[in-house]
Amino acid sequence: MKLILNEEEQFLRDTAKNFAKERSPITHFRALRDNNDPILWDKDLWSEMSKLGWPGIMIPEKYGGSNFGISGICVVLQECAKTLTPSPLFATGVLGAFSIKTYGTDEQKEKYLPSIVSGDLTVSLAVDESSHHNPYETELSAKKNNNNYLLSGKKVFVIDGASSDLLIVLARTSGNKGDSTGLTLFLVDSNQVGINKVKLEMADSRNYANITFENVDVPSENILGDPEAGGEAIENILDIGRIAISAEMLGNSEAAFETTLDYLKQRKQFGVLIGSFQALQHRAAEMFCEIELTKSSVMAAMRAADEGSNELQRLSSLAKTVAGETLHLVSNEAIQMHGGIGVTDEYDVGFFLKRARVAEQIFGSSKFHTERYANLSGF
Amino acid sequence: MTDLTKFREETKKWLDENCPPSMRNGADPKIPTDEVWGGRNAKYKNPESKIWLDRMGEKGWTMPTVPREYGGGGLSKEEVKVLNEEMFFIGAKQPLLSFGIWMLAPVLLEYGTEEQKKLHIPKIIKGQIRWCQGYSEPGSGSDLASLSTKADDIGDHFLVNGQKVWTSYADKADWIFALVRTGPKEPKHDGISFLLIDMATKGVSTKPITLISGKSPFCETFFDNVEVPKENLIGELNSGWTIAKKLLQHERAFISNFGLAAGMGSKRDVVSIAKKHLGEENGKIKNTFYRSEISSHKIKEHAFGLTLKRAGDEGGKASATASMFKLYGTEHNKKRHELMVAASGINGVAWDGDEFEDDDKNLTRAWLRTKGNSLEGGTSEVQLNVISKRVLGLPST
Repeated sequence: MKLILNEEEQFLRDTAKNFAKERSPITHFRALRDNNDPILWDKDLWSEMSKLGWPGIMIPEKYGGSNFGISGICVVLQECAKTLTPSPLFATGVLGAFSIKTYGTDEQKEKYLPSIVSGDLTVSLAVDESSHHNPYETELSAKKNNNNYLLSGKKVFVIDGASSDLLIVLARTSGNKGDSTGLTLFLVDSNQVGINKVKLEMADSRNYANITFENVDVPSENILGDPEAGGEAIENILDIGRIAISAEMLGNSEAAFETTLDYLKQRKQFGVLIGSFQALQHRAAEMFCEIELTKSSVMAAMRAADEGSNELQRLSSLAKTVAGETLHLVSNEAIQMHGGIGVTDEYDVGFFLKRARVAEQIFGSSKFHTERYANLSGF
Repeated sequence: MTDLTKFREETKKWLDENCPPSMRNGADPKIPTDEVWGGRNAKYKNPESKIWLDRMGEKGWTMPTVPREYGGGGLSKEEVKVLNEEMFFIGAKQPLLSFGIWMLAPVLLEYGTEEQKKLHIPKIIKGQIRWCQGYSEPGSGSDLASLSTKADDIGDHFLVNGQKVWTSYADKADWIFALVRTGPKEPKHDGISFLLIDMATKGVSTKPITLISGKSPFCETFFDNVEVPKENLIGELNSGWTIAKKLLQHERAFISNFGLAAGMGSKRDVVSIAKKHLGEENGKIKNTFYRSEISSHKIKEHAFGLTLKRAGDEGGKASATASMFKLYGTEHNKKRHELMVAASGINGVAWDGDEFEDDDKNLTRAWLRTKGNSLEGGTSEVQLNVISKRVLGLPST
């Protein structure tokens, strides 16, 4: 497992870096927020990203993708996160693409993967049901009704849920809340009768929804993976998602840090640059080190995922913990070191703080993953 | 058969014939073990320690990448990997611990004359001469470049006067590599030279310093009109600071790796200590507060280990990262010891006597020793300064 980018990944990174800089600087995100955009991402930008092949990075060539794996999409997400680029790439290109290519039947793959590649189909993963991530707490029920299932219950904080076309829903087909068994994944058209989506207004101004299901009729051929085996599948899907969101959070940290470092080199007080104060220098040096540790953690996790390592789970929890703690630190320090300007809406650095706290919650906080790491390590 | 496969077979055979039984896995625990530092006055509790050192030294395998002409193994990186793997496979002990290997030989290779290399490096490799490092002084700690031990040029030799402090094992070493002031009128960084001094010379004396751990790994070293031949100067006169900085990088890399290796390879493991003293339930540490703190710490160490690996994979941009590794390696080592002490309760602060187990008493001493980790080889604060200025480019006041 080499912890360096290969040539293809470097190329993807450079393309993404230029794209983010030219096509979606932070002003792009700011405009969406200021305009109260109903879906908080831009369809034209998404179609440009699709033309670059990004939604298909994880999808096999057979279905039109480029099959560069989780590492490929992570470097793109990391670069896009530096300018807070909002897009369906995480929910559709990572969660949707990975779930269907890994657990889908041939028919399901034929049906969905090519339209994910083209950017025409967006996907959401509906997992959580309460304020804290915990997939086994699923209560949303899927009751067998002849050859179909009836889904009833509520999912919260569904990423891109306000606009996605296809939902991957974690449902309970047997057992009780808290059991890791008795869970099944379903592919559900988001416009089906009985589905009610309520768009959420979150601090980071991105696309989320709470979604209720009332006897939503789903044919059994829409089961993703094996029935009753959803517990195992969702863990695997979530681990991939955790690594990808960690890559985003790394990008957020790098950008917030860079902005802060620039500020330390230009802001003067008491007649000198504030970057000459040791009280700030040491804290900047610590942030630099934490970001270096985050880079290594994210890279080790994405390599483990692509190589099918048995360390995947532990490294995924490691990456999410480290990325979360680093971004927490950097987003706070960025504000403090910017002084008064840092707490104004006009200045961008506050966006990173708001994005940080939401991202920290996605698929388990650092606390959640510190505990999971201990469980997986045998203590 | 490729050359590497052939080398592996030969190495395996050589180790099989030459690595004494008590120097490898499955050694009789009743045979006493030595911490082998070599030198003129080395004493061995187990004669096989000496045999193993001599055989490895003869092969040059204590510094396997150094060219044969300087007594090294002359091996390629790939061959060294094979050697390490084969040694690991039979659990072979490192034959020699040496500041000469870790610090001096690399700078001699870079800055020494042909004569100096041929004179000193083979003796380092064979463990015949034990070296110590004369850097810090009572008035020059973090501000090392302010050092005042002076070497006056008096014609055919230097006359050295002054005092060094924190000299590791000076009382056991044969030679010292020291920073001395040769240009009292130059700006402080430009008046320092790198000098090799035989500790047996008249006027050199040492005095051990007892640490809070009760042990004395360090000394004060005094120079009173010590005559040092001119040929013992390494590099140009007054260019010692450049060499000193280079050596510090080797030292920092060594300390951070050592801290990490100590954590990973140590018999002392924070998890088993916590399970022993705080109890275990379904395989988990019973006390959830300690468990969570230990897990946080393990995650940080894991991330640090991956960062060392990444730096290796990137081909070692050593100077930019050496300070970070020194900082984290030592701070993590301190934190791990604090956790072990805390998880041990009162046993973690046992000092002496028969009421406590050796493991507990040794932990207390080891914990106290770690407090020096973030001081020696440049304090944590100095590392943060280096990162701020050299890596981040932040301005000086």
